[in-house]
Amino acid sequence: MAAVLFFIAGIGVIAGAVAVVALRNPFYSVLGLVAHLLSLAALFLLLRAEFVAAAQVIVYAGAVMVLYVFVVSYVGLQDEPWRGSRVSSGGATLKAGATLFCGALLVELCIALLGSGLKAIDSRGAGYVPGFGSPTQIGDLLLTKFLFVFEVASFLLLIAAVGAVVLARRRGGLHDEEWTVSVASLLRSPTLGSMAEAVGTTMATPSRGAPGEPAPETGHGRGEPFPWTHRGGGQREPGPGTEAGGSAGEGGQHPGARERGDHREEGGW
Amino acid sequence: MNIGWYLVVSAFVFCIGAAGVLTRRNPIVILLCLELMLNAANLALIAFSRMWGNAQGQIFALIVIVVAACEVAVGLGLIVAIYRRRLPIDVDELRELQG
Amino acid sequence: MSATTWAWLVLAFPLAGTVVIALGWRTLSGRSAGWIGTAAIAAAFACAVACFISIQSHAPDHRVLTSTLWDYANTVGVDARLTILVDPLSVLMILVVSGVSALIHLYSVSYMASDRGYVRFFSYLNFFVFSMLLLVLGGNFVVLIVGWAFVGAASYLLISFWYRRRTATAAGIKAFVINVVGDVGLVLGTYFIFKHTGTLDFEKTFHSVRDVFYSNQPDLVAGCILLLLGAFAKSAQIPLHTWLPDAMEGPTPVSALIHAATMVTAGVYLIARLHPLFEQAPAAADVGAVVGCLTLLVAGTIALAVTDLKRVIAYSTMSQIGYMIMGVSSGAYVAGLFHLMTHAFFKALLFMAAGSIIAAMAGEQSLDRMGGFRRAMPFTFPAMLIGGLALSGIPPLSGYFSKDQVLLDVANRGGWHWALYVLGYLGALLTAVYTFRMIFRAFWGEPVAEARELEQGHLHHVETPFNPATDEPEDTDVGFPGPDHHIAEREGSMRGAMAILAVLAVVGGVFQLPKVNWLEHFLEPAFGDSRYFNPPTQGPLAVSLVIGGVIGVLGIAIAYQVWVRRPGTAAEVRERLSPVYLLFVNKWYFDDLIDIAFVRPTAWVGRFAQQTFERVFVDGTLVGGATAVVRAGSAAVRAAQTGFVRYYAGLLILGLAAVSLYFLLQS
Repeated sequence: MAAVLFFIAGIGVIAGAVAVVALRNPFYSVLGLVAHLLSLAALFLLLRAEFVAAAQVIVYAGAVMVLYVFVVSYVGLQDEPWRGSRVSSGGATLKAGATLFCGALLVELCIALLGSGLKAIDSRGAGYVPGFGSPTQIGDLLLTKFLFVFEVASFLLLIAAVGAVVLARRRGGLHDEEWTVSVASLLRSPTLGSMAEAVGTTMATPSRGAPGEPAPETGHGRGEPFPWTHRGGGQREPGPGTEAGGSAGEGGQHPGARERGDHREEGGW
Repeated sequence: MNIGWYLVVSAFVFCIGAAGVLTRRNPIVILLCLELMLNAANLALIAFSRMWGNAQGQIFALIVIVVAACEVAVGLGLIVAIYRRRLPIDVDELRELQG
Repeated sequence: MSATTWAWLVLAFPLAGTVVIALGWRTLSGRSAGWIGTAAIAAAFACAVACFISIQSHAPDHRVLTSTLWDYANTVGVDARLTILVDPLSVLMILVVSGVSALIHLYSVSYMASDRGYVRFFSYLNFFVFSMLLLVLGGNFVVLIVGWAFVGAASYLLISFWYRRRTATAAGIKAFVINVVGDVGLVLGTYFIFKHTGTLDFEKTFHSVRDVFYSNQPDLVAGCILLLLGAFAKSAQIPLHTWLPDAMEGPTPVSALIHAATMVTAGVYLIARLHPLFEQAPAAADVGAVVGCLTLLVAGTIALAVTDLKRVIAYSTMSQIGYMIMGVSSGAYVAGLFHLMTHAFFKALLFMAAGSIIAAMAGEQSLDRMGGFRRAMPFTFPAMLIGGLALSGIPPLSGYFSKDQVLLDVANRGGWHWALYVLGYLGALLTAVYTFRMIFRAFWGEPVAEARELEQGHLHHVETPFNPATDEPEDTDVGFPGPDHHIAEREGSMRGAMAILAVLAVVGGVFQLPKVNWLEHFLEPAFGDSRYFNPPTQGPLAVSLVIGGVIGVLGIAIAYQVWVRRPGTAAEVRERLSPVYLLFVNKWYFDDLIDIAFVRPTAWVGRFAQQTFERVFVDGTLVGGATAVVRAGSAAVRAAQTGFVRYYAGLLILGLAAVSLYFLLQS
């Protein structure tokens, strides 16, 4: 019975791994990894590591993979051309070489494992002690023998969290965007850069309230390069959220506004 | 079951992950392959832990999961930052640190 | 205060003058630098007089004093100390040097007044006087060599004073190089002597020379000849004389001071000071005498042919120094030094007068363009005339007595020295001829345009003068000789200096009148140990005095006939004896010989070293090779930094595989 389960889980593991590597669409690769993780959890269970299996599913497959999904969705689906790259890095040669090389590595490892190198593998190993791999034992170990490791790991998590926030934030810090109004932002579609736009729903947009919404603050007109230097009144820019739901940008956007080049993309999330 | 089986599976996954790291150009996928390698290591750890009846391997694997999570967070943060700067998400294009 | 203290003060004042002028160059305005410099040298002269009085107050056999300030290096058998030797010879030299220098400083206050490098000039000039005083006061070979080198350096600085002039810088380099050749001789000579005596101190050396060396011992002769080489270079004797005419590129006060009165007499001083050595090596002394005689003749003939006013006077200097060298090498120390003193007076006077004329000619120095300045320059003309009469040896001026004394003392040696005596009088004839050639050409005849202008009271001025040698325009901003010209008639300080010198030139003979011999008595403590220090026999004295006077007058008469009475005579003679004329006007081809023998090969070696060896071998192979190797290596290593993440990952995994393979194989 255990052998059957092992083989099913093993095939799942390897299939997931292959899927990660071989599929072109990164989203599918993420899904492949999820499958791989779940199968791996099954293998862990077979090895009597219940807590680790559960942690694997909850943390790894549950949280980390979700993070992957988010980022893949944000970054977009950039298919990778199978044939070489623009940059002469060897392209196909590198792929073939890498595959061969990893094959060689695999052979080497198998020889190491299955050859006479690791005699201990053939032994019977330790007997099973009840409570082995249970949360009790893990917790006990974590809080006594591996306390320092536990604390350092939590510290590491803190650093990673701060680091991720710092790396991924918009330039200029975490303060709110200043309330400004500019003609360009008025003329721009409210769903610019939003998910709806990305998804491509073509429902017409009622756009923002009255087209004649006061623009006299922008008396300087289009010439102003930095609209946010404008000390406008408390004219809150009509949040796209009010209309964006279901609405989409006009067909022919405002390519100029979109291409403005700096990090003033108001739209979206 | 012989531990060797699990170790072979671990080796397989490790090598697949290594091939993926060397082959793919999308950094997100490279990170995924790195996860593969880490998981392979985890599997080996758990296998040995079971062999010796010592839960230390499981603790080790737990911590590896923690580290993997952190590394993913930071790595993906990097990718988001790269995306925001309108650079191509392709490791072959991101090679300014060359000698 | 003791005599040595006064002597240290004599050294201190010019040094202080240099430092003060040099450091305060920004704050010194107008002529103040000149007055400070003159005051410093005048103070030095006052101290020299005090030193003289002090030393005369000692008993005659206690008049050789030394004083040491500190040791430079008193180890491994070398006793190098900062010592001065104060004896009648040094006192005579410092009196002459500081006195004439003070007068020349006074002259320069006005002469250089409009020059932009006025302050620099005076600091250099003071430095030169300090060096010369150091040289003559030195009490051992070390201080002598130091002073010698400083004097050479000061000469270089002053010759190329107008540094934008190509000819001036070339002349400065030439002078310096030839002086360095002499310096090498001096140092090597010192070594040869030191090797045997084991001491650098003068007094110790002199006392031990008869015990350490036998007469004409080869080492001593070699050493003395090397010392003579130094003397010849400094005093412009053949064959190291080619720098002196070119040195006339410097301002006229420089020519007057350095190249007439002081620096070129350093060689004479050297031989006089080291006379015990030379007396123990008569072979070397004879070499000196012969060279001196040769020089006085060759220089005299060249002076007949050249047309640059200052160069005529320069060759005259060379010739007169030849007399002095001949004299001191033959044991006529008192006579040689007496001639040194009188020569300083009238030669400086001649140069000053020449400076005045050149200023009136707006920088033009060629005799061909001068004429008829008699009426236009009522002060300069008599000054030059007095100098010329003294130089030609017309009684009762100073030059007459000194020159005759030298020749007489040379003849007193007997034997082949009589030939030198005769040749000396031949030289005297040449002297008179070329001196008055110069005077007649400059002052007689039709006044040239500049003279006529000056008669009307207007000083001639050229807007853009040209360097006749290279035809490039002069940089009147940096000098040559400044936008304004100062002639004696208009400047009081120039007149004052020239007047004093003229008086000295006239009455200077009184210092060593034939029967009175003041100078001889004064110098006795210094030369008492010399075997040649005897009063000359009386017989030839009267005869030679008469001969001397007759020759002088004869020379003037010849010059008058050729250049005043029948002006075309010179041109006729030139054509008739054109090979001879060419030999003289090309300075006996010494410059060309030296150029072919030394200058060109050296230049070739330098070019070869720079272009072939340096560029190809050192730069290309050694340096370039090393950098190429490093660059190739770093390029190879740099290839590992491709920037591709996958490449790095691949390397990592490769390394991992290698390590595990290693462990696998090991187990």
